[in-house]
Amino acid sequence: MDDLDLDHESVYDGLLGGDSSQWAFGTDFEDPLAGVDTMIPAGVDGAALAAYCLMLGDDALIYAHRLSEWTSNAPDLEDDIALANIALDLLGQARLLLARAAAADASVVPQMPEGSPVPPEDALAFFRDEHAFRNMGYVEALNGDFAVTIVRLLLFSSHRLALLQRLATSVDPVLSAIAAKGVKEVTYHRDYAGRWFVTLAGGTEESRRRLVAGLRTVWPTYAELSRSTQVETLASEQRFGVDPAVLTEEVDAVVDHVLAMAALERPDLPPSGTGPMGRIGRHTEEMGHLLAEMQVVARAHPLGKW
Amino acid sequence: MTTLAAGRTRAREIAGTVVDPEMPMLTLVDLGVLRDVTESEVGVSVTITPTYSGCPAMATMRDDLVHALSDAGYAEVEVKVSLSPAWSSDWITAEGRRKLRAHGLSAPGPSPTGPVQLSLAPVRRAIDCPRCGSADVRLTSEFGPTACKALYQCNDCLEPFEHVKEI
Repeated sequence: MDDLDLDHESVYDGLLGGDSSQWAFGTDFEDPLAGVDTMIPAGVDGAALAAYCLMLGDDALIYAHRLSEWTSNAPDLEDDIALANIALDLLGQARLLLARAAAADASVVPQMPEGSPVPPEDALAFFRDEHAFRNMGYVEALNGDFAVTIVRLLLFSSHRLALLQRLATSVDPVLSAIAAKGVKEVTYHRDYAGRWFVTLAGGTEESRRRLVAGLRTVWPTYAELSRSTQVETLASEQRFGVDPAVLTEEVDAVVDHVLAMAALERPDLPPSGTGPMGRIGRHTEEMGHLLAEMQVVARAHPLGKW
Repeated sequence: MTTLAAGRTRAREIAGTVVDPEMPMLTLVDLGVLRDVTESEVGVSVTITPTYSGCPAMATMRDDLVHALSDAGYAEVEVKVSLSPAWSSDWITAEGRRKLRAHGLSAPGPSPTGPVQLSLAPVRRAIDCPRCGSADVRLTSEFGPTACKALYQCNDCLEPFEHVKEI
């Protein structure tokens, strides 16, 4: 490989005469924040900003991967496409948020071998070990059946929409822009999940039975969405982030409305877990399997170009 | 100054010929993603804005802009991404809407304003079939082949068609 012609770094370049524009994605990476002013605003701690962006970025990344597992497996083609689109939106948010984390504090990015073309947000996604991820355990859980997926998506998108709406006024202009864009996307996600929730509840005996079972499966983990860490408290104090604890009432109101439309009560089940474990790098058993699949190709080729 | 102004117009015209990779009937101007074209002594700087956070077409748009402007003789071509304000389907021009319809796609209505509402009822849009003009159409999926589209079918002529979503 040492004598590889530098003009033909990718085997495909030779076929194209080096014109990467003929490829749908180009053959090179690009910086998703290219041309965006990533200076850290006055009064904001760069390390805290990076830690906060990792939390929101990892939630989006891990959930995007989990949802993408529905691709080719959903009950019908339309829902296959819908779940893939939702996953893609979240992946896009993850990419921007991880790039923001790397720009705010370069020390969070894993060291790559010299000459590696892997950009910082990809290094964060594919070359961190499990304990370095800051996502909630909530997004790691197995998809279960379609009803479980819909319940989990409804609670998640209701929470994330409330969060992004507040984050749109962040003192960090990058985070504010990412959030404002995300609000438009997650509105569609919440509507999708809400409609299916009501449809399954009012459908057949079997669909209602499955939805109720799904609700009982997911409900104990709902509380995790509003558990905050020191990072989020600091983010809220420095006005670049949102403390999820303040969202509880607003999100509850949405969830209660959907439950009422579905003629269902809140399950009488205690919250599972005690603290925001995922946020401090303690993950569930499912996380390791998810990462193994998500990271294996990138890790096998740390110098690879795609 | 006259030369520079003329140059800026030329660079803008060239950038304005670049088309969206997923909807090639639309130029980046029609789609409303081309935000600024500025020429300097050394080259040209173009600003575009993403339609959706995960839109994979962004990299292609950037490559195509670099390609078109380089071919036109600009030595340094810089493509910047502007995240704010977030793209709105309202930015699709009248010409863009005409082209969408001419190519069998339904153009978006006004984008939602005000507080975000949860909508549990089936989506109702006052749109008509781009093929036969019938207003009797049905939504088959709120998500389509690309992030920006929903899928519809006409109940009269049975034509399945794509609707560019309001965002």
